[in-house]
Amino acid sequence: MLTTNKKRLRKRHRAETRFRAYGVLSLLVAVGILFTLIYSIVTHGYSAFYRTTLLLDIELDPERIAVSPPYSRSALMQGRYSSLVKRGLYALFPEVTDRRDRRELTALLSPGAELAVRDYLIDHPDSLGTTIVLEVPMSSDYDQLYKEHLPRSGENLRFSEQQLQWFDRLLQEGRIRYRFNTQFLFGADSRYPELAGIAGAVVGSFYALLVCFLLSFPLGIAAATYLEEFAPKTRLTRIIEANINNLAAVPSVIFGLLGLAIFLNVFGLPRSTPLVGGIVLSLMTLPTIIIATRASIRSVSPGIRQAGLAMGASPVQVVFHHVLPVALPGTLTGTIIGLAQALGETAPLLMIGMVAFIANVPATPLDASAALPVQIFLWAESAERGFVEKTSAAIMVIMMFLIMMNLLAVIIRSKTQSKVE
Amino acid sequence: MNSIQLITIFIVLTASAGVLGWRRASSPAFLQQGRSRSRAVYHGSYTVLWCTVPMIIVALGWLLVESWVIRPAVMQTLALGGVQPTANIAFQYLEIRNIATGVLPDTHASDAVLIAVERYKSLSSIASNIFAALLLVAGVSGFLYSYRRISAKFPAREQVEKFVRFFLLASSTVAILTTLSIVMALVVEALLFFKHVPLLDFLFGTKWSPQVAIRADQVGSSGAFGAIPLFAGTLLIALIAMLVAVPIGLFSAIFLSEYARPSVRHTIKPMLEILAGIPTVVYGFFAALTVAPLVVKASAAIGLSASSESALAAGLVMGVMIIPFISSLSDDVISAIPTSLRLGSLALGATRSETIRKVILPAALPGIMGAILLAVSRAIGETMIVVMAAGLAANLTANPLESVTTVTAQIVTILIGDQEFDSPKTLAAFALGLTLFCVTLVLNFVALKIVSTYEERYD
Repeated sequence: MLTTNKKRLRKRHRAETRFRAYGVLSLLVAVGILFTLIYSIVTHGYSAFYRTTLLLDIELDPERIAVSPPYSRSALMQGRYSSLVKRGLYALFPEVTDRRDRRELTALLSPGAELAVRDYLIDHPDSLGTTIVLEVPMSSDYDQLYKEHLPRSGENLRFSEQQLQWFDRLLQEGRIRYRFNTQFLFGADSRYPELAGIAGAVVGSFYALLVCFLLSFPLGIAAATYLEEFAPKTRLTRIIEANINNLAAVPSVIFGLLGLAIFLNVFGLPRSTPLVGGIVLSLMTLPTIIIATRASIRSVSPGIRQAGLAMGASPVQVVFHHVLPVALPGTLTGTIIGLAQALGETAPLLMIGMVAFIANVPATPLDASAALPVQIFLWAESAERGFVEKTSAAIMVIMMFLIMMNLLAVIIRSKTQSKVE
Repeated sequence: MNSIQLITIFIVLTASAGVLGWRRASSPAFLQQGRSRSRAVYHGSYTVLWCTVPMIIVALGWLLVESWVIRPAVMQTLALGGVQPTANIAFQYLEIRNIATGVLPDTHASDAVLIAVERYKSLSSIASNIFAALLLVAGVSGFLYSYRRISAKFPAREQVEKFVRFFLLASSTVAILTTLSIVMALVVEALLFFKHVPLLDFLFGTKWSPQVAIRADQVGSSGAFGAIPLFAGTLLIALIAMLVAVPIGLFSAIFLSEYARPSVRHTIKPMLEILAGIPTVVYGFFAALTVAPLVVKASAAIGLSASSESALAAGLVMGVMIIPFISSLSDDVISAIPTSLRLGSLALGATRSETIRKVILPAALPGIMGAILLAVSRAIGETMIVVMAAGLAANLTANPLESVTTVTAQIVTILIGDQEFDSPKTLAAFALGLTLFCVTLVLNFVALKIVSTYEERYD
């Protein structure tokens, strides 16, 4: 009798331990996946912040550039620089004379090399006619070779035997440099991975979020104030409340369809622009802001309202002068979290045409533009090997923005908490 | 009149209306009328409202004129010039507008386009002059009307507050307007689609290939719009996702709310929140870059062949995305159970896990079911992961190692890039959208109902 009881107890305790272990295991899996994801993104992406350049001696010959005095900015912009770069490269390999070999040789350089020369000349017009030493970007394949992302041997090799030899010789001569890639942070998108930058997408996302904030913040506060403070308990109010809750759970593609059918086709707003993107995102953010604002208005102590009313203030004055200022931190936190969600939304932006290839940074919210998550999607779908690291790096950038926004929300929340206590 | 001048007019009128109203209400003559019913600032606000609201109404009206009067006239001119309107009318119009405003150079434009550009310029300059005049008239007359009503007896504060309350009410209806316009947009386009394709063929057809023949004599590409493969693919991926998310999410929630020390809870919970905050496009990239090759390798190791874009990879990653969703909702539900239930069970000698399994979970079951339904609706509506990792081939299969496609993935693929708005292919996206909207609406409605009745039970 005693032993069976003991056995049963032991069994029950074992079940207890097992149950607990399942819990620990699930948490470990969840946290483990989070770290795997971050590890995978960072190891793939950190190298995109650097790029490989080649040190060339370039003779800035006005005749070859085909410019004549006066050397105005626009004249220099239209000059021809490709032969200068090629001559600089051929000078390093005097023994390569065959045309086919020379074509293989120029494959080492990015199409951005001549633009680098042009930009240098525009910044230093005095150097025309002299020989300069300039670092120009190498093409993506060699950039990836330097970073050891592409194999030196095996099937589907992207390099010929002599190209590899040239590369190694340049490496030995110390002409290949590994530099911080400012173009990635400050440039716009490009077809060539080594020249592609995310500034266009960042600015596009910024404008879209700005439009989203300007629309959804006042509307959200107004709607929440009405529902919490003034709405009579009628059918209409109940319908509005149910509607807001449901809207918060509508899939984002549906909002994309709405933007396409209503804002683009009925109202004729310009396609691919942050303006339309921001409007669509604001409709998605609105429920988040309304729900957060309502919660924070509800937590304002009734004493504040009663004191205001007792002093003779009207209900509207009580709300605007006393309740809303107290509820503001909670509202701001909700708004920032809503905007962070909006920053990561991709599908609705794809559908209103923000996928177009845009090679410059938008100047206003009415210019066609990409957005950060869409840029990630575009690069992820690209077949070029060099875009894998760009995609991961763009993800690192968007995650950084998201973390900063969430930190801001946490700071606002903790500051007000300490004030209340 | 360019937009900067118009905005200047608007701001100057608004500011002067406010200042004039305020000064009148604080002038000595006004103060002699006796004690005023409202403070001067309310009189100023009153005149501002009467000045700006008419101007805003005029501005909204002008937006309609732009798209419904100028645009058809310009496109008509373009058609007279011999240019047939192509499917992408919006783009043609945009091009004309961009040339007219100097955004695009006119060097590559044809003569017909240039004539249309001239027409656009003349029309829009006339329109903007009329607009400016209307704006002035509306603002000034509204101001004058309100300015003359200002007196000590006039209840300016009540009037302003009435407007504020109206504005608050109007803002709260934006959510309803959004829902209505979603329904309108989806229903209108879907009805057009069902003119081409019968409803039953769409709902129960088993073949999906939305390419429609460009020429009538082309063979084999008549387009098939049977959505069953898409529904099956959606459900397969959602099922895999739930198989991952429900056990992991639920056990995480149980551990965090019942076992974990506060310090553990405070470190783990933010991590789950990070998992919830990662954009879906990042999950999609992770699925395609890391998980899909793993699935291929793992299935090769046990002698199976997996497609490089498999339902399994997309489903697994989607499950990870949903874990924090389930765990935070279940955590709320479990924490809401009264402590007395817990203590009663423990006092009878039950172990903690027995208490959880036999007392807490049965009590929390409705809430957890609600959370799971919400998660299912999320999985069905999730887009980027499936677009990037599940593929686009409409296979009707239950094999998770094959490539399948989903409703959302098809909507996005159909609508990326240029569309023709009269082709069944484009309209099919709206029919799919309508289906998705209805299904998620029902799921959300049921889930919210369950959760709210549950919450009332323990209040």
